[in-house]
Amino acid sequence: MAQRYEIRFSGSGGQGLITAGIILAEAVAIVEGRHAAQSQSYGPEARGGASKSEVIISDEPIDYPKATKVNVCLAMTQEAADKYAGDIVSGGILLTDSDLVKNPPAGDFKHYQFPIIRTAKEQLGREIVANVLALGAIIALTEVVTRDSGEQAVLKRAPAAFKELNQKAYALGYETMKALMSAN
Amino acid sequence: MSFDYEKYLRPGKLPHIWCPGCGHGIILKGLIRAIDKCRLAKNRTAIVSGIGCASRLPGYVDFNTVHTAHGRAAAFATGMKLADPELTVICVGGDGDGVAIGGNHFIHACRRNIDLTYIIMNNNIYGMTGGQFSPCTPTGAFASTTPYGNPDPVFDIARLAIGAGATFVARTTAYHALQIDKLITEGILHKGMAIIEVVDGCPTSYGRRNKFKSPSDMMTWLKDAAIPVEKTEGMSEKDLEGKIVTGILHRDETRPEYCEQYALLRERAQRKEG
Amino acid sequence: MKKVALIQGNEACAQAAIYAGCRFFAGYPITPSSEIAEVLSRKLPEIGGTFIQMEDEIGAMAAVIGASLCGLKAMDATSGPGLSLKQELIGYACMAEIPCVLVNVMRGGPSTGMPTGPSQSDIMATRWGTHGDHATIAVAPASCQEIFSETVRAFNLAETYRLPVHILMDEIIAHMREKIVFPEEGELEVLNRAEPTVPPAAYKPFDASFGDVPPLAAMGSNYRYHVTGLNKAEDGFPTTKAALVDAEERRQLRKVDVAAVAKNEEYLLDDAEFVIVSFGVVSRSARFAINQLRNRGIRAGMLRPITLWPFPAQRVAEVAKNARAVIVPEMNLGQMIGEVERAVCGACPTRSILRVDGEPITPQQIIDEVEEVQHVL
Repeated sequence: MAQRYEIRFSGSGGQGLITAGIILAEAVAIVEGRHAAQSQSYGPEARGGASKSEVIISDEPIDYPKATKVNVCLAMTQEAADKYAGDIVSGGILLTDSDLVKNPPAGDFKHYQFPIIRTAKEQLGREIVANVLALGAIIALTEVVTRDSGEQAVLKRAPAAFKELNQKAYALGYETMKALMSAN
Repeated sequence: MSFDYEKYLRPGKLPHIWCPGCGHGIILKGLIRAIDKCRLAKNRTAIVSGIGCASRLPGYVDFNTVHTAHGRAAAFATGMKLADPELTVICVGGDGDGVAIGGNHFIHACRRNIDLTYIIMNNNIYGMTGGQFSPCTPTGAFASTTPYGNPDPVFDIARLAIGAGATFVARTTAYHALQIDKLITEGILHKGMAIIEVVDGCPTSYGRRNKFKSPSDMMTWLKDAAIPVEKTEGMSEKDLEGKIVTGILHRDETRPEYCEQYALLRERAQRKEG
Repeated sequence: MKKVALIQGNEACAQAAIYAGCRFFAGYPITPSSEIAEVLSRKLPEIGGTFIQMEDEIGAMAAVIGASLCGLKAMDATSGPGLSLKQELIGYACMAEIPCVLVNVMRGGPSTGMPTGPSQSDIMATRWGTHGDHATIAVAPASCQEIFSETVRAFNLAETYRLPVHILMDEIIAHMREKIVFPEEGELEVLNRAEPTVPPAAYKPFDASFGDVPPLAAMGSNYRYHVTGLNKAEDGFPTTKAALVDAEERRQLRKVDVAAVAKNEEYLLDDAEFVIVSFGVVSRSARFAINQLRNRGIRAGMLRPITLWPFPAQRVAEVAKNARAVIVPEMNLGQMIGEVERAVCGACPTRSILRVDGEPITPQQIIDEVEEVQHVL
């Protein structure tokens, strides 16, 4: 992937989406040795309402570090979907949490959805790993890094006591997304 | 044998800039005697000042001397002391420099209880700029910018220092020459922030506007207004009005000193790191 | 194998300071620079250094200068409002010739401005903010990796020239995370200040017989001396003697070797008809734009000052000779353009792209401007 690829994680503060963005950037830049630039909502924007974390990915050094046309956008709240899906590139992808985004925005992009947070809660007993589950889904969806690279980056960041939980969440997100894609 | 001040004075730097009748020279001599008593090594002593008449003192003495910007002595000294905690760091300056423009640095240096000795030469006026009122000019007094009498209330430097957390606070006057070096010596030996306020007269800028006919009148005032703290027991605020309470007003050996605290913090950080 | 990490620009700056030998940081909390203080509050004590959060911006600068006088490499970090407050003591460090490094993660202004928005509005405040004539060195990195190397260079320049050296960054490069390959020990040059070689009795802190940058002794060592913010003679004591004041003022201005300090990146400049002069994050938009323009057959290129002050006027003048236009995108209302125009001196037309709404200048803005200029000029 020589070309520039842009991924946006959006939702509300506390959903761990900034961390998800950082882990993805680490999978790209550190595990796979390619290039990534991660940035996020900052200041008042980061505290209230919709917030976002963006990762620009390339095989070459990245010049402009902010999003220009987003290839893939994850939206974990209705507000985020409304606010941030607008600049998805033609033919891009929007992934939403089907419980939280009741009215997914329409556009010239593909839309996938599943109950991301509920899946984490029901199958892993912990809502807190929904971000890693979502990351697994995004990696399955985009294949911007290999499944293994993503897992390595997740494990590198997870605290010792939570490595297994995060590993499971990542795998669950990845497999749920792949199943969803083959069903479509 | 008389005391050899020359040993500590920089050759060729006198005469000083202070006016005839100014008490700053008396304070300078007191400081030199105190340094001598404490047997401080010249290379291991720094004298840091701000801007103003009093702040010209460092230029005359043979130590590491820093004539900083207006009000900033305590902040410069904080950096120097933290960089070299074994260095003896003494601040000198006037009232306006110390507690007006430098007030924030002054109170926070007190709060930290960093091991500095700060000699505030309080002559109740901005002398160098021509006699404008300072936070220590008495209410009602005349200055070049209070032609109708000073409307401002007065800062009590010693109380300010105590309230802010200094652990050694003393006051004397330029008249009480022997007490000056005694208190400065105690201040230098004290581990923690030591404030020594030395009330002084400024005949040129304060005295002549406020009915002091001559410099000696100002000295007489300092002599008469002074009252040792030991003698103030039972006296009311009203009794003490216009008095200059002298001696050691506050001493607390229990509060930790800042550089020592920081050294402990470093140990904690390094244990965590290792 | 070299250590690689994905870190924020501010953290790269803090880590680089330690690499450069910085052992003292004083600061005051201010967005968007605070991460530098946060990282150093953790790292410095671990290696025997000192971090102090001072009571205000001025106090932080004072403590830094004090620590540097005692021989430590010292740094402060701030943003525009803090820069305004520190100007007094930036001047002091210039006059007393005390090395230190000041990071400024710029925000808009005047006054409180937009604390969380990216900006490049302190170019002139950095150069001329403090009163009086003085030399200024400012470096302006554009990536995490470069923030690291330029921070190290900033310390080297401060120690070499006995000056406060500014690191100018914007919120975007300060906060974004990028991969950085940490240089190994010895990989980047780390310079220390020259120490006096004369016997203590002969030492003068501004002795021009040792060149335009005389050695600076650490206070508390075997050398005793006096420093002041007043105009001073070679011995450090105040003077009003006309000849001495004049000589010292001129030496202080002359002492920075402009050619040695200069550092530019030139991107596709050889055949460029349209020269973009930009720095910081804007240069990344420019590079993106240039690549797109080149794909359309438009010969655009970039001159990127990495040393922003002294401004690379001579190089700008050279490249302007063969250019159809020089275009200056900057996140302010026209600061660097003045320096560029002065250098270009009418050799070709100049154009500004200005933005102060808290959003970065996009590649598209630059592309649009070049395309317009191409048709107009």
